[in-house]
Amino acid sequence: MPGVLVFIESKEGKLKKVSREVLSIGRKLTEATGGELTAFSTDASSAAEAGRLGAARVFVAATDAYLTEPLTAALVEAIGQAQPDVLLFGGTSNGRDLAPRVAARLDAGVASDVDRLEWADGKLKARRPVYSGKAFATVEVTGKPAIATTRPNAFPAESPGDGTAEVVNIAVDAGSSRTKLIETRVPETSEMPLVEADIIVSGGRGLKEAQNFSYIRDLANAIGGAVGASRATVDAGWIDHQNQVGQTGRVVSPNVYIAAGVSGAIQHLAGMSSSKHIIAINKDPEAPIFRIADLGVVGDLFQILPALTEEVKKAKH
Amino acid sequence: MNSVVCIAHVPDTETRIKIAGGRKVEEAGVKFIMSPYDEYALEEAIRLKEKSGGGDVTVVTFGPERAQQVLREAIARGATKAVHVKGEAGDADALGIAKVLAAAIRSQPHEIVFFGKQGVGTDNGLVGPMVAELLGYPQVNVVTHLEIGEGKLTAHREIEGAEEIIEAQLPAVVTAQKGLNEPRFASLKGIMAAKKVTVDAKSIADLGLDEADIFSKRVVMVSLELPPEKSGGRKIDGADASAAAQEILKYIRDEAKAL
Ligand SMILES: Cc1cc2nc3c(=O)[nH]c(=O)nc-3n(C[C@H](O)[C@H](O)[C@H](O)COP(=O)(O)OP(=O)(O)OC[C@H]3O[C@@H](n4cnc5c(N)ncnc54)[C@H](O)[C@@H]3O)c2cc1C
Ligand SMILES: Nc1ncnc2c1ncn2[C@@H]1O[C@H](COP(=O)(O)O)[C@@H](O)[C@H]1O
Repeated sequence: MPGVLVFIESKEGKLKKVSREVLSIGRKLTEATGGELTAFSTDASSAAEAGRLGAARVFVAATDAYLTEPLTAALVEAIGQAQPDVLLFGGTSNGRDLAPRVAARLDAGVASDVDRLEWADGKLKARRPVYSGKAFATVEVTGKPAIATTRPNAFPAESPGDGTAEVVNIAVDAGSSRTKLIETRVPETSEMPLVEADIIVSGGRGLKEAQNFSYIRDLANAIGGAVGASRATVDAGWIDHQNQVGQTGRVVSPNVYIAAGVSGAIQHLAGMSSSKHIIAINKDPEAPIFRIADLGVVGDLFQILPALTEEVKKAKH
Repeated sequence: MNSVVCIAHVPDTETRIKIAGGRKVEEAGVKFIMSPYDEYALEEAIRLKEKSGGGDVTVVTFGPERAQQVLREAIARGATKAVHVKGEAGDADALGIAKVLAAAIRSQPHEIVFFGKQGVGTDNGLVGPMVAELLGYPQVNVVTHLEIGEGKLTAHREIEGAEEIIEAQLPAVVTAQKGLNEPRFASLKGIMAAKKVTVDAKSIADLGLDEADIFSKRVVMVSLELPPEKSGGRKIDGADASAAAQEILKYIRDEAKAL
């Protein structure tokens, strides 16, 4: 049976956004591959939601902790049963951990971090940013299954229909794992994770000092977005590395990216240039960030950010 | 403590990319450097050797003639042995590269094999875990802190908005993230040493591998293009902060359809 198999993940019983995205693009690809959309999950409770997004079957390898080796074996077992043409992973930490492992076991090619996918002439065609977004490569992945990991936010998540999925249990041999999860540490100020955010407000050295990140946080809170940062501010110890956007930080593609006091160094652009709507606030009219901004505001962030936060609060009432 | 570090020789992150023949980056005039995450990988291996009071840090690269520079740079920083597998790594897919590296690693002493979390340029993040699978080792990816115990390692793995503490049996593969350490510069003594060390040069055939498989068509480059020029961007004067704020809000609401 041809078709598409997708690796999906849930959090607190709900599918992650990127998993909904990958189910949606997977379902669309089945229109070209024929066959059915199937999913692979470690959590049985996500099967119903996957069914509503078009999965005909969900393989459930029930385990609490993500463990690379047992899940590689379980996923390979599911692939053996479903015989998909295409295998997709959302570009999460776990998706990116598992995809290359499975690919090497199956001697299959992988296109990683793709932002476009198409099935034509029995091949998976994928577009992916390379050289930190300075170029785009279009590649064909041959072989069966053709594997890709998707860039979060690059594919729209469809709204659920009324489908249901059949659950197929796959045994997980957790005892075979040579890694062990000892602990998961969640930082106390549990801010919204950058990668899945729809709106990101980022601050740079223009903030002048650590405590002025409050200008960024206030706007992010008002607008319901996540906080990003340039490397200069991370290196200065003003904010955690988790918040860094760029070549040596997170690569993000939110709907709206607001950069304030960020000059727009090429390594910063590498992490955010594929954002859909870019707004830059900088007092230097020549700042490189303006070259990629859809809306550039030449001015003082200490004046403009509080004014914008107020406007957003008003608009939300 | 013995480790192997896989290092890719990549265009400097400042490079303006030009495309040759629609499929490749023009190499002429481009400065090549050690892939930035590989610097963290190398530094960690050198520290482990220093802490344990001995052993080898073997650096391995797969690439054309120019890639030898990156091995010399690594020795100047403290690596003790170098293996250069010659070939156009840019024409192989990640699995082809992983097969070459895995074969080269097998004959080197190691308890840990280090990689960067991703190579700059390819931006794949594939080769490390692929080598782990080929060698049959456990893996911990995107590591920001590492400790070695009796026959095992404990690593901090960065995930979305949190950190996992993971224990893995040795030998294992670790991919390095920024934050793991502060890479050192080459010392004068190291630079002198680097001139004397002989790099172990090998061909793909020497490793007992079939070139046709390494350069096989699992992933085929169809085209390489520069991103489309951003058009339609506009710039406004923000001297009047509240007028500018209203303009931004309007843009977010009407054009981005957010809020
Ligand atoms: C290998 C490598 C990897 C790197 N990786 C990353 C990465 O992942 N992410 C990253 O961000 N950088 C990265 N960098 C660093 C990058 O080159 C820049 O140094 C960094 O992005 C600059 O940060 P910045 O824009 O905050 O600071 P600056 O370049 O100092 O810019 C500050 C900006 O604030 C503006 N400003 C000042 N005051 C105000 C005000 N009152 N109102 C409005 N605007 C104001 C200024 O006009 C200026 O444009 C990397 C560098 C290297 C070599
Ligand atoms: N040609 C190569 N030679 C040596 N190491 C490599 C090569 N390509 C990739 N690597 C290693 O694999 C890591 C991940 O690369 P990639 O999968 O291309 O993102 C890099 O950080 C290097 O440690």
